[in-house]
Amino acid sequence: MTEKLHAFVDKLKSENEGWVTSVADAFGEVTVTVPRESIVDVCRFLRDKHGFDLLADLCGADRGPEEDPRFEVNYHLFSTTHYSRLRLKVLLSEDAANVTTVTQIWKTADWHERETYDLVGITFDGHPDLRRILLPSDFDGHALRKDYPLRGYEPYSLN
Amino acid sequence: MATAVENFAGQPEVLDGALESQMTLSMGPQHPSTHGVLRLDLRLDGELVIKAIPDIGYLHTGMEKLFEYKKYQQGIVITDRMDYLNPLGNNLAYVMAAEKLLGLEIPERAQVIRVLMCELQRIASHMVWFGTSCLDMGAMTPFWFTFKEREKILNLIEAASGGRMTPSYFRIGGLMMDLPAGFDNRVRQFLDDFPDALNTFDTLITGNTIWHSRTKGVGIISKEDAIDWGLTGPSLRGSGVDLDLRKATPYSGYETYDFEVPVETDGDVWSRFKVRMHELTESYKIVRQALERLKPGPIKADAPKIVLPDRDDMRKHMDSLIHHFLIVAEGFNVPEGEVYHAIEASKGELGVYMKSNGGPKPERVHFRGPSFINLSALPVMAEGEMIADVVAIIGSLDIVLGEIDR
Repeated sequence: MTEKLHAFVDKLKSENEGWVTSVADAFGEVTVTVPRESIVDVCRFLRDKHGFDLLADLCGADRGPEEDPRFEVNYHLFSTTHYSRLRLKVLLSEDAANVTTVTQIWKTADWHERETYDLVGITFDGHPDLRRILLPSDFDGHALRKDYPLRGYEPYSLN
Repeated sequence: MATAVENFAGQPEVLDGALESQMTLSMGPQHPSTHGVLRLDLRLDGELVIKAIPDIGYLHTGMEKLFEYKKYQQGIVITDRMDYLNPLGNNLAYVMAAEKLLGLEIPERAQVIRVLMCELQRIASHMVWFGTSCLDMGAMTPFWFTFKEREKILNLIEAASGGRMTPSYFRIGGLMMDLPAGFDNRVRQFLDDFPDALNTFDTLITGNTIWHSRTKGVGIISKEDAIDWGLTGPSLRGSGVDLDLRKATPYSGYETYDFEVPVETDGDVWSRFKVRMHELTESYKIVRQALERLKPGPIKADAPKIVLPDRDDMRKHMDSLIHHFLIVAEGFNVPEGEVYHAIEASKGELGVYMKSNGGPKPERVHFRGPSFINLSALPVMAEGEMIADVVAIIGSLDIVLGEIDR
């Protein structure tokens, strides 16, 4: 079922060995872990050469403050021609929680990245308008981090 | 002449051109045509929109955070509140992601009922879209007719699940309970009357000259831009992309149903209108087929440690009682891993990214709401249009702020 997806991974590997850190195949989905600095090249290669023209989703996740690397960014690529889905994953450590934006490849990444920045606190370098999207601009902290309490800190007020 | 002004986020922004004729208008968040609490920061030159910046977050309730503190089965209730016009679609996306992690086989009858209910829900959701988008443009009459049809569907959903707007009908491993006796006849009754209703809508709106002049050539987005901006669902198909996840990556047995995917090529409000109107007929066809396939059978997967037992079993069997107690009190462990499952909701691709750490609560649940992404493309369609057309464009995108803000 995932042979088709592994073919894309092989093409990635043959294009540049350094692009693929590891490959996971589980639940019928293929996840490619990509080094932080090459995510833009990988995305552009997959979009231009292999038809992954739709960025279906981009989301950040916090693995917990004790983990290293602490953060991950997941890119869910989809093709409107051959209907394959591929997940790219970038792992980020807490003291360097930033990755280059993919807004120049897919415009839809704009709001996805703003949301990830807002809720998880991952910075996207080169994003044209990186500011909070769901929470107020004076909100303190990033709500989806594991060390952020469920009910927030002190009673929150808009000043 | 370039002049720096402050935008609503308090950041300086440089605008080109003569500012004397320009003004900034804050449309919403209480504007009735914004379908909830959406605020648009509009830069206007006369009636012409130069720049449109959506401002969202007024309904943010931290649902994604809440999922992490609830057991898997408790999360279903939260999903009802996202896209409140399509709660069964939200249920389906969520439970299917969990089922993928658990590797559950869903029985045939449950699959058919899921399709049946989802397509009824799609009709109900499109009814609200149709009524309100006409209302936004000054046509009040269709609204009363569409809400009548929607009411009938909500009554059906209530009969099956007990809830009108918040059914939580789909559960991990199957359904909450089987359909009540006589349900299929009630659906048939609805279906028999529905073509007449469709005719009424057509008579009222589709051939209406005023409607044509308000929608044709308004809010155009090209095929390439639509994909680039991540549009999905009817909004994407209005731009000429033949993509429907029910056909592209079928789930719940959609590949066995006979239906068409309507596609229009102009990419304007009129195209998106026609796609949705056509979809009503297609959903109607799917419901008819699903009704024919309703055969008696189990509605829950054979997984006693995950699926709640029948009440009757609990009274007779000790192990059922223990399973019930454990599922409710402790939940069930879900294998470690991550999945992304996407379904074709009434508004587009509704994706769920679910990550499990092996325990009874998810580590991360992320919803890819179609409304959220479709709204992000609004500036492309609205800039260069008249302010009255912005209302038409918002209506044609069919957004629900509950899903956007989550």
